[in-house]
Amino acid sequence: MAWARKDLLGIAGLDPAEIVEVLDTAATMKDISSREIKKVPVLRGKTVVNLFFEASTRTRVSFEIAEKRLSADAVNVSASGSSVSKGETLLDTARNLQAMNPDIIVLRHSCPGTPAMLAARLPAAVVNAGDGAHEHPTQALLDLFTIRERLGRIAGLTVGIFGDIAHSRVARSDVLALRALGARVLVGGPPGMIPPGIVELGAEVAPRLEAMLPAVDVLIMLRIQLERQGGALFPSAREYATHFGLSADRLRLGRPGLLVMHPGPVNRGVEVAPEVADGPQSLILDQVTSGVAVRMAVLYLLSGVHRAPAAEEGRGGA
Amino acid sequence: MGARILIRGGRVIDPASGIDRVADLLLEGGQVGALGEAAGEGAAVAQVIEARGLWVLPGLIDLHCHLREPGHEYKETVLTGTRAAVAGGFTAVACMPNTVPPNDSAPVTRAILRKAAEAGLARVYPIGCITAGQRGERMAEYADLVAAGCRAFSDDGRPVMDAGVMRRALEYSRHFDVALISHCEDLRLAGDGVAHEGAVATRLGLKPIPAAAEEAMVAREVVLARQTGARVHIAHVSTAGSVALVAAAKAEGLAVTAEATPHHFTLTDDALEGYDTAVKVNPPLRPAADRAAVRRGIAEGVIDAIATDHAPHGTVDKELEFDAAANGMIGLETALPLALRLVADGEVSLSRVVEALTWRPARILGVPGGRLAPGDLADVTLVDPEEEWTVEPERLFSRSRNTPFAGWRLRGRVRATIVGGRVVFRDGAVVAVGP
Repeated sequence: MAWARKDLLGIAGLDPAEIVEVLDTAATMKDISSREIKKVPVLRGKTVVNLFFEASTRTRVSFEIAEKRLSADAVNVSASGSSVSKGETLLDTARNLQAMNPDIIVLRHSCPGTPAMLAARLPAAVVNAGDGAHEHPTQALLDLFTIRERLGRIAGLTVGIFGDIAHSRVARSDVLALRALGARVLVGGPPGMIPPGIVELGAEVAPRLEAMLPAVDVLIMLRIQLERQGGALFPSAREYATHFGLSADRLRLGRPGLLVMHPGPVNRGVEVAPEVADGPQSLILDQVTSGVAVRMAVLYLLSGVHRAPAAEEGRGGA
Repeated sequence: MGARILIRGGRVIDPASGIDRVADLLLEGGQVGALGEAAGEGAAVAQVIEARGLWVLPGLIDLHCHLREPGHEYKETVLTGTRAAVAGGFTAVACMPNTVPPNDSAPVTRAILRKAAEAGLARVYPIGCITAGQRGERMAEYADLVAAGCRAFSDDGRPVMDAGVMRRALEYSRHFDVALISHCEDLRLAGDGVAHEGAVATRLGLKPIPAAAEEAMVAREVVLARQTGARVHIAHVSTAGSVALVAAAKAEGLAVTAEATPHHFTLTDDALEGYDTAVKVNPPLRPAADRAAVRRGIAEGVIDAIATDHAPHGTVDKELEFDAAANGMIGLETALPLALRLVADGEVSLSRVVEALTWRPARILGVPGGRLAPGDLADVTLVDPEEEWTVEPERLFSRSRNTPFAGWRLRGRVRATIVGGRVVFRDGAVVAVGP
């Protein structure tokens, strides 16, 4: 199939074939990152603006590496160094950037819906690199890519997501993406972290980690945002680690081949014990590697270069 | 004082007088003169308005709007706001005190009233602050404010979080027999939320406001109304739980009244899909079950009044990220046809809708009007119940355009608005400006 969307705003609305298209494209992209010369001219002459209005290291660097490996010209803008800090509205900043004719804008913003707002007004392709507690589609795609690479499939698996579901854009995108490709999804965490309506997204609620562990093939532990809600949802990091953290002992309640994932950054010793994070069942660093490949795939598909007649011919039957 | 006007052959609907029949209505000297088949007979009438096929209603009264003057004249002024009011059929509006400076002193009240007199359109009833500067700490000077013309008190948008302050304010307000209008929101429960806590907010990742943030405060106000015997009016009721609390308070005989807005009884939180900041309001839009409870509340009279909460904003306030955008939408010019949809849907009687837009708000504010008995104010709204029209924001009279109803096809249109026996709006145009 040919990718026809202008933007990638979320997993919501993507059909399964589109998700598979990204994953398949990412598989061909991953190889580039292991070559000695990690660069192909696919996006030569294309301009990508990375607008990161919220703190981020891995996502920003991952996108930037993906852009450079495809030979795009990447420009980085952060809120503190932008006109937004001088009182300009985001929309005006974006209009000014658009006047410079970028091809793709990668946006990270703390307010949900902001990528959609820009996408509706700008001709450039917009990639949502995380908008508040709404969606983080490339994270979900890289999670699926990582799982599929290791287990060969998504359909029929049971995946658990545990932690602060309420504030997690990763959880929302993961639930939607995993369900789209036929996985069963269990979500759990302390009561204040399970938002109303999560079942309507397709997840089942299994609040206790001990009950979830034996049921799942893959367990995604979410980061506890200590900086965001402090002690509001749970009394202390110590109590969270003791009662809700994935310790080596708890991990043994799971199936032998259970895989552990985490979108990072990990609060070591809080949601995941260090020996689990670094252990043989952990895919945490594989996720980071997959992230570059998936973002290369997304940029490639959104750039429109694959729609050139020759390229489309070459992809026949893919 | 207006000259004699004969409104001939319209369907006069006046719930306060128990009238719903085709009749002539004579206005003279700024008052309702006579009502009946031959009301104008023998009188020297300056103007005859043929009203066959039209509804003749007591002038609509909005007990909750924002005119933004002084301080935010780029959003609305008393002039533009009252133009919007009369275009929407409102002959009187009560304006909230969250201006800059806030209406917590007599000079501000008098300035608003002076602007209203200069505009010469709708009657304006200023609402004073419950607390000085809306800071929630110390009562405003009610005696001064009442003397200057305030007809109710509210810290609208800035709930009085200190129950002790609210208790004293309620006790004191009894001396003046005015209602304190409470924006019921427990700010700690609401947090930095922007949308109703439910499936839609979860899906869209919007920070949630639980229904409990409103209901906990409604419950507090009911308890304080019982404690003090004062008149408490609950602004923009939006949840089923709040409706139940108000119903219980009324059953107990407490002096608790309530209002609902057209947007809360028309839209649900599904409208947030697409993150349109035009639907960002406080309290937030709720799910269908709450909307249904609000509609039932209006039908049964538990919710006394329909109030617009007309909240004009500029694009600089609304063309922003959803979290950063201002709360509120304009509503004066769409309120009546949206209310009439409740009648068309068979959910609320026409009489109840008219009462909720006329007599009940007049009683809550303690102002004349809202009725068409001889001697009452000659404030009249003529409505063509059949006319359909499309909401085109650029053609509205408000200075602001922040309505989510753009493109909506509505039935029922104001044909004429008469204030004090003077026609101030007719057939799509404001026809009189100035005192």
